[in-house]
Amino acid sequence: MYSDKVMDHFTNPRNVGEIPDADGVGEVGNARCGDIMKMWIKVENNVITDIKFKTFGCGAAIATSSMITELAIGKTVEEAEQITNQQVADALEGLPPLKMHCSNLAAEALGAAIADYRKKTATTA
Amino acid sequence: MKRIYMDHAATTPVRPEVLEAMLPYFSSEFGNPSSVYSWGRAARKALDSARDQVAALLGASAGEIIFTSGGSEGANLAIKGVAWADQNRGKHIITSAIEHHAVLDTVLWLEKQGFEVTILPVDEYGLVSPAQVEQALRPDTILVSIMHANNEVGTIQPISEIGAIVRKHGAKFHTDAVQTAGVLDLNVDALNVDLLSISAHKFYGPKGVGALYVRKGVRLNPLIHGGGQEKRRRAGTENVAGIVGLAKAFALAQSERAEENARLTKLRDRLIDGLSRIPHTRINGHLEQRLPNNVNVCFEFIEGESMLLNLDLRGIAASSGSACTSGSLDPSHVLLAMGLPHEIAHGSLRLTLGRENTEEDVDFVLQELPGIVERLRAMSPLYKG
Ligand SMILES: Cc1ncc(COP(=O)(O)O)c(C=O)c1O
Ligand code: FES
Repeated sequence: MYSDKVMDHFTNPRNVGEIPDADGVGEVGNARCGDIMKMWIKVENNVITDIKFKTFGCGAAIATSSMITELAIGKTVEEAEQITNQQVADALEGLPPLKMHCSNLAAEALGAAIADYRKKTATTA
Repeated sequence: MKRIYMDHAATTPVRPEVLEAMLPYFSSEFGNPSSVYSWGRAARKALDSARDQVAALLGASAGEIIFTSGGSEGANLAIKGVAWADQNRGKHIITSAIEHHAVLDTVLWLEKQGFEVTILPVDEYGLVSPAQVEQALRPDTILVSIMHANNEVGTIQPISEIGAIVRKHGAKFHTDAVQTAGVLDLNVDALNVDLLSISAHKFYGPKGVGALYVRKGVRLNPLIHGGGQEKRRRAGTENVAGIVGLAKAFALAQSERAEENARLTKLRDRLIDGLSRIPHTRINGHLEQRLPNNVNVCFEFIEGESMLLNLDLRGIAASSGSACTSGSLDPSHVLLAMGLPHEIAHGSLRLTLGRENTEEDVDFVLQELPGIVERLRAMSPLYKG
């Protein structure tokens, strides 16, 4: 049911873990299935230099979290913000229709981490 | 890679003896049982003998057996059939929160058609209380449907006791015995049931064939109109090969069940014992009133589908009540009805043992699972170590 790419990211997820001194942290829950994703980012000169995630969710949720960390790293905050769930799904060579909602979680978690980063920099600036 | 199938509650392989018994009815004995010539007579004979055999195994008479396309049709025919036939007597139907969707969705559909429905809760072990059935019964209750054993957690209901109460109140009583056929005694008089449905593919028979027992005198409207087959209660040329397979598989299972249940119970308890050693694990369902082949556990902080994928990568087939493995996105209605929180119900794993499983299979699962659970927990934001 899942593509080879999904299974690859599921079995060897990239960037799993936490960043203790993260510049932004986002946690989101999937209202449709109850799954949860948390993302940590490190930002230097407006560029995402490190990113880590933890996911309580299905295979697609784990694979999309892993994939979005690969897509986001090295991008500017603005670029990373533009990543859509469709792009994540495409990078994974597609997701089963029933699993498209899982990819929202990854984009939302990254968005929440960026929003947190902005809030922190706004208050310290 | 060695493959281990531990999802026998979902379906089972057809036994070679069963397949062999079925084969002639696809080819040389292909006749239509309604035809008068020799081919027809041979098919009729096979059908009659299968019916006699199934009736005998249920302690019923041949006229009380309707062959169906499986458990879902059996439940639909029993429930809609009685509801439509008896609606002038009343419109109230009682069932439980942990029924298979074949029962639950049928009852809820009838509710939309104007029937009144009471869905009984269960306790933390998944048991329906006979006292609650008694309280729910009303003068206009026409039907009660409670499953014999649950397909997810394996809890066995006190069917005989519930049946006696229902009978006292004059309503009809159906039990979905899809998970207990070939496992428990299904004597319909001992169980106090008026209707009982079974499905061949759960006891090493073919898919797409089942039987519904309907006690003599119980009125039933058909779902399928057409020819006069099954005493006008289910039209359509009979699935002769399938029915022969059902009877053969049922007879084999019933004759071997004492020995096989003892063997499975040992394997089951070994599995439960081993899995209990994983921290933050709960065993779901009743520990004694439980099917001999059912293991259902929740590993906290992880989600079921990711566990199933990991098991599959190691050749192990199992199932989960996780939202993500069903189409619905809601975790198992059974586990939720038993009071489990949403996120814990998400991490459930069902392993159901069967004829081919050995102690080595159990030990292999016990060797692989702790690592999988640990790895998934390490990536779970809910797990604090
Ligand atoms: C308890 C129970 N009832 C009904 C069914 C439906 O049976 P079938 O698949 O033969 O339609 C199943 C199996 O899926 C079941 O486990
Ligand atoms: S089903 Fe919940 S994230 Fe995939």
